[in-house]
Order: sequence, then C-alpha cells, then structure tokens
Amino acid sequence: MDFPFDLLINAIVAGLLLGGFYAAVTAGISISFGMLDIVNIAHPAFIILGSYIAYILGISLGIDPIVTSVIVLPLFFALGCGIYQVYYLAFEKRGQESLRGLAFFFGVLFVTEVVLILVFGVDYRYVEAPYIGPNLRLGMIDLPLRMLVPCVAALILFGALQLLITRTFTGRAIMAVSQDQLALQLMAANPVNIKRIAFGASIATAAVAGALLIIIQPVEPSVGREYIGRVFAICVLGGLGSMPGTLIAAMLLGVVESITSTFYGPSWSPAVAFGFLLLTLAFRPSGLLGR
Amino acid sequence: MSALLHVQGLSKRFGGFVALNGIDLEVRTGERIGLIGPNGSGKSTLVNCICGTLQNETGTVHFDGHAVDGLAAHERTHRGLARSFQLPRPFTSLSLADNLKIPMFYTVHKRSGPLHADNIDARCEELLKMVGLDSKARHRPRDLTQVEMRKLELARAMAAEPKLLIADESMAGLSHSEIEDILALLVRLNEGGITIILIEHIMSAVMSFSQRLVVLVTGKKIADGKPEDVVRDPEVVRAYLGQ
Amino acid sequence: MRTPLFLLIALLVAGVIFLLMRLPDMEYLFVAGYVIVQYIVLATAWNILGGYTGYVNFGSAAFFAIGAYSTVALVTVANEIDELMPASLAPFFHLFMPLPIPVLIVIGGMVCGIVGLGMGYLTLRLRGAFFAIATLAMAVVLQTLVVNWEFVGGSSGAYILRPGEFPGLGSYMQYLFGLMLLLAVLALVAARTIERSRLGYGFAAIRDDELAAEASGVPTLRLKLVATTLSGALMGMAGAPFPYYIGYLQPQSAFGLEYAVNSIAMPMIGGTTTWVGPLIGTLLLGTLQQVANVTISSAVNLLLVGLLLIGFVIVAPNGLVGLFEDRWRARGSK
Repeated sequence: MDFPFDLLINAIVAGLLLGGFYAAVTAGISISFGMLDIVNIAHPAFIILGSYIAYILGISLGIDPIVTSVIVLPLFFALGCGIYQVYYLAFEKRGQESLRGLAFFFGVLFVTEVVLILVFGVDYRYVEAPYIGPNLRLGMIDLPLRMLVPCVAALILFGALQLLITRTFTGRAIMAVSQDQLALQLMAANPVNIKRIAFGASIATAAVAGALLIIIQPVEPSVGREYIGRVFAICVLGGLGSMPGTLIAAMLLGVVESITSTFYGPSWSPAVAFGFLLLTLAFRPSGLLGR
Repeated sequence: MSALLHVQGLSKRFGGFVALNGIDLEVRTGERIGLIGPNGSGKSTLVNCICGTLQNETGTVHFDGHAVDGLAAHERTHRGLARSFQLPRPFTSLSLADNLKIPMFYTVHKRSGPLHADNIDARCEELLKMVGLDSKARHRPRDLTQVEMRKLELARAMAAEPKLLIADESMAGLSHSEIEDILALLVRLNEGGITIILIEHIMSAVMSFSQRLVVLVTGKKIADGKPEDVVRDPEVVRAYLGQ
Repeated sequence: MRTPLFLLIALLVAGVIFLLMRLPDMEYLFVAGYVIVQYIVLATAWNILGGYTGYVNFGSAAFFAIGAYSTVALVTVANEIDELMPASLAPFFHLFMPLPIPVLIVIGGMVCGIVGLGMGYLTLRLRGAFFAIATLAMAVVLQTLVVNWEFVGGSSGAYILRPGEFPGLGSYMQYLFGLMLLLAVLALVAARTIERSRLGYGFAAIRDDELAAEASGVPTLRLKLVATTLSGALMGMAGAPFPYYIGYLQPQSAFGLEYAVNSIAMPMIGGTTTWVGPLIGTLLLGTLQQVANVTISSAVNLLLVGLLLIGFVIVAPNGLVGLFEDRWRARGSK
C-alpha cells in the first residue's frame, strides 16, 4: 500500500503552525487562570470580538488584521482592566469567586456571542490580506502563508509575554501575586493593581489572537465555544502556569488535530481536544510539566 | 499504653520547597501532646498529612494499628482522627447547630448507626454549651467573631467523637479566662479517653496542658520530650523561644 | 411537612393546573406551557449539582440533547425493526416497540445518568472550575458526535411523527404537557426531599467548604458523583419527550444555547439554596421569555436573559429567595 507520506508530513507541519497559534490563544488564559486563579471562560468570546473588529476595519478601511490588533491592543487592555474591576468588587472582595464568578463569565461569554449574532448574523466572515492565499513550497512541504504568518506572529507574542513576565518588575510582581499575596503587599505593591494589569494584559492578548484567528479561518459567533475545549486541554496538558509546557502541549494538540482532520475529516477536530483532555485527566492530571 | 498514632519518616514537598523533612512522631493513647514551633515550620502541613488533607510523599502514617497512607481524609475521620483548622472553615450557609450535624451525620452515623433526631439535637446543644456558643445555635457563622469561630471549629471536631483530636491554634485571640475554659474542656475530654495534640503559640497554655512537648522548626523535629526539659534545650531556645 | 403529604399536595396542584388549562380550549397554552414546565425540571436538576453542591454545569444542553436523541434512536429502531433485526427476533421486538413515552423517559434518564457518572468520575477529582469547563467542552464534543451520527439523522435532523390524538384526553400535546407536568412534580419533590435529608446536608457542606467537609467525614467524591448522576438523569428525562414535542429535531436545536443559559439563569435568579428558587426563577423568566419570543425576537430574548444573569449574579447572589430571606431576617431581628 502506498502510504501517503507527503499528506502526513504536510498535516504535521500544518499542525505545528496551528499549534503556535493555539499557544498564543492559551497564553492569555495561562495568565488569568494559571496565575490569577480567575476562571475567565469568556476569554474565547474576546478573541472572537477581536476577530470581528479586524473584520470591520479590514472591510471598511482596508487595514491589515495584524495592524488592527496592534491598534486595538490598548482598548482591549482597558476593557480587561474594567472587567477585572467589576469582578473584583463583585466577587473577589466578597470571597465568592467560584460559583458566582463562573456564572458571571459565562454570562459575559453568552451575551457577547448573542450580541455578535444580532449585529453580524451567523454567516462566516473572513478578511482579505496579501498573505492569505499564496503558499510557500519547500520540497514536498506546503506552507500556506495564511498559517505561517499567524504562527510567527503568535510565537513573537508568546515570546514577548515570557520576557515581560520574567524580566520586568510588573511581570515578576504578577508571578509573585500568584504565589504569595501577602509577601507582595509587604513589598509595597498593591496586589489588586497588579492583578488588574495582568488581567488587562490577558484580554489584550485576545485582541491579537482574534486577528490571527480570522486570518487562519473564517469566523462566526459560535466558534469561540470550540476554543474553550482546546484551550482548556492545552492548559491541563501543559501544566497550569508553565509557559514552556503550554507551548509543547499546544503544538502536540495542533499536530494531532491536523492529522485527524486530514485523514478522518474536519468535523471531528473538536473531539480531539476533548480526547486529549480525558487521557490527561485519566493518566497524568498534573500535566506534562506540571507541579 | 500503645501507640495510637505512629508517624515515620514523613516528608512533604511543594515543588522545590521542602515543608516537612523526615518527621517521626509517636503518640500513645491517652496522651496530651503539645506541638510548637515558629510560623511556617510545618505544623499545619504535618496535621494535613496526618489527617489526609494532603498526601505525603515519603514515610508512613499508622493510626490505631492500621496504615492510613493513601486513605482520603474522610476515611481517616471515620477511623477516629479529627482536627480543627487553624484558619476557621465553617459551613457558612448552615446554622451553628447544623455545622455540628455534618460530622454527626457522616462520621458518628457511619461508625455507630443512625442517630435519632432528638439525640442529634441534644448532642449539638451539649457541644455548643461546652464551648459557650449555645445561645447562638440558630445563628450563621457570619454573625460570629473570629474567636467564636475558633470555638465552633473545636466543637465541630469534637462532634466527630474522635479518638485523637488535633486542635490547631484554637486559642488565638482568646482572653485569659477563655483560654482557661478551653484548656479545662480539653483536659476533661482527655480524661474521658480522647488523645489530644495541641498546636499553640500561647506557651503558658501549652506548658500547663502537655505531658510531652514536640518542637518543629523548618520542617524538622528538633525536640521531643518532657516540657520542662524541652524549654531548656538550647536549640529550642535559639530557634523558637529566645527572642 | 413530611414528604408524602407534600407529594400529594403537589400532585393535586398539578391536577388543578392541568384541568384549568383545558378550559380555554387553546392548544397554544399547552405548547407554551410545556416549555415552561420543561424548564422547571431542567432548572431543578441543574440546581441539585450547581446550587446544592456548588459545582457549575455548563453543559445542560448536552444532557437534555442526549435524552432527546436516545428517544430518536429508539424510535428509529422501532421504525426499522425489520431491517435491523434478524427475522426470528423481529416479531418479539414488534410486540413492545415503539416504546411508550414514559418508558422512553426512564431510558433517557438512565442513559444520561450513566453519562453524568462517567463525566463526573473523570473530572470531579479536580477543582470545581475544571469541572465546569469540562462540561462546556463536553457539550461541544457530544454535539460533534451527534452531528456525525447518521442513524439519528446527523446534521440534517430527524422527523418524529407525533400521533394526532391521545385516547381519552384530546390532543397529543396535552398528553405531553401532562407527562412533563408530572415530571416537574417528581423533580421538585425529589429536590425538596434531598434538601432536607442527610444527603442534602452533605451537599451543602461540600458547597460551603469541601476541605472541611472531607475533614468532617463527608465522602465528597462519592456525593459529588451522586449529584452529577441525579442531575444528569433528570435533565435526560426532560429531554426524552422533546422529539415528540417538536416533531423535527436538529442538533442545533437540541444542543441550543438557550438550554445552557436558562438552566443556569433560572436557578441563580430564583435562588440556589432551596427547591423553591428554581421554581420561582423558571416561572418568572420562562413566562417572560414566552412573551418576549412573541413580541420581540428570540435572539434579543436570549440577550436579556444573559444580561439578567450577569446582573443578578453581581447584585443578588442568592437570588430572589435570598433577597426575600434577608429582608425577612432583618425584620425579625428588630
């Protein structure tokens, strides 16, 4: 039998590119969930929001989606800070994070999706850009630019986040607040401010992730919900809060999804993430590199 | 008197941080043990490992002749191990009396069969009276002061009718007479057959209560003996007492 | 009030409601009423796991849909007995198939109970947040599975023929409504019984402080599994008659977003700590939605539900029942 090697290799490469993108998507959750212990399940909704903003600015002003995301970054940061403020005053301060916080974010996820449906309808939307369409060829390997560019951009974002967190004072304060709030207070840094900045940053990443998403695939409002499973699977597989683990897990998921999609059809890809999740939970709940 | 609790070589790490390093501890039935040490020395971690809230990495824990390693916390409670939490963890949506019903429904019930409703109510009232909270039986924990919440913690641990009771800093913030009351209560429980480990910073209470004193510093046991001897131990003085 | 008496009263009230609804001779009453009563079951079921035990399930739609699709599968089998079964066995199956709806309800409940148990076993050992997210992911996956399953119609959907009449009662819709009403009574009685029982105390302890509950001797994992199984089973039972109600079942409608959000919003707005909360929340929100669906669009309707959920969660975390209790207690202490 003639095993389709070129198909397999292309699937793997596509999966790696996809994985880079998944890592950027998960990075935001890694901050809010892994470090701040805030279960922001509405994160994918902000990503989709970012996608639609890139869509509007692309359609009306012809602005490139990645440029859009950079312009919109501070807005999303402010949005994140605002949402954290509400979350803090309503829940964290009262010590009722779990049930109420989850319901709150679910409400936000839900409302965002419904508003998008009301405004844009359920049709798929996509953007135009010079790098969507052409492919690079390296021997038998196809590198669609519409996947390569987002992957590179995602890895840059990912690397930048890593640097910010490990090298700046604010970044290290964020790591500190996730480990020991009291010690942070004694260092005369206000934990609430630090958390607000961190949450704002995590939502800001959603702006970029959204722009990248709409380059890779057309979006419609319910796409966000597919990503919850993926992001969650990556977080658990990679070990919460471990950036290197997130990257590896994201790549792994991307490759398996890509292979499944190529050989069994794309309608099965949401199930792949869940399969990953089940296996991880069954055999190694602390993740690949988890504590 | 045989060993009710036997801890051997117990170690616990959190990532790179070694919280407990090879702890050996033997507690005989009917003893009154005091456990002291600076903040962060691992006292509560030790309690958590003994009671099953945390699982230790190495070492063994034997209780009442059986190995309890790997058993869930609720199973250890069924066997007669009970503890109060250093930072009170009451059931906030339940009244004080109902707080006490939980260990009764799930531990005593399991051990000796279903209790009659009247028995349960009487027992709740009795326990609350022992800690001086009977007037607030219908109140919720949010109406309590910090001090009263610690008393509730103790009462709830007692409601499980344990063989070994570990009281984790139950007396913080109490007045002198309140401390005397709690001490008298613990001594009375002990005379009734309950083995007690008292974790405290209030030295006067610990000294008057304990038959044996154990000192924990940065995850290691540095002393274990008669209170008068331990407090004169130069290492103990250096690490904890002499400030 | 002891349970048997409460059950009797509830059945009487249900009977009176049913008879009153037959008076105006309006089929629409039963069509709209079915949805509200169905939500009573869903909200009550959700609350057993979410409100009593503190574990949020975002995948209510999945359990509802599995109940619905188990019915579709069994009805399809009944329609195709001669193609599916060997000739010797076919007459045997023809004897009891197609299965009557009450049996379908029980089967739907059992299937969902098992699913709930399995999912719980995998995810309940992690924190509550992980469980919640897993339920959301699971809903997406189950939808994927159903969409790919041609036997029940896949993405193009399945037709379930509803008989025109139910002997002795009139329209079949009245029969469906009556069944759902009975199911609602069952759900409410079950919730109330649990709430007041030893099991209910255990659930509350887990919700308030799981660590302390463990230390007090509560077998938390086992109780959480009980809650997940019960909750899932009830939701499945609510879903089982749905194909007959709607006539044409597509995955999009079975797994619809409105089930997920309503099963959370109704208990949270009504009040999560007692059996009364989901009932109040459903009656209020359900009626509001039926009105809104007719007057405004159904998408705006959902938007309002979402906004109400967010609002209540921030302002009145214990729901309407909680607000009422606070005012009552404040007045009592004067």
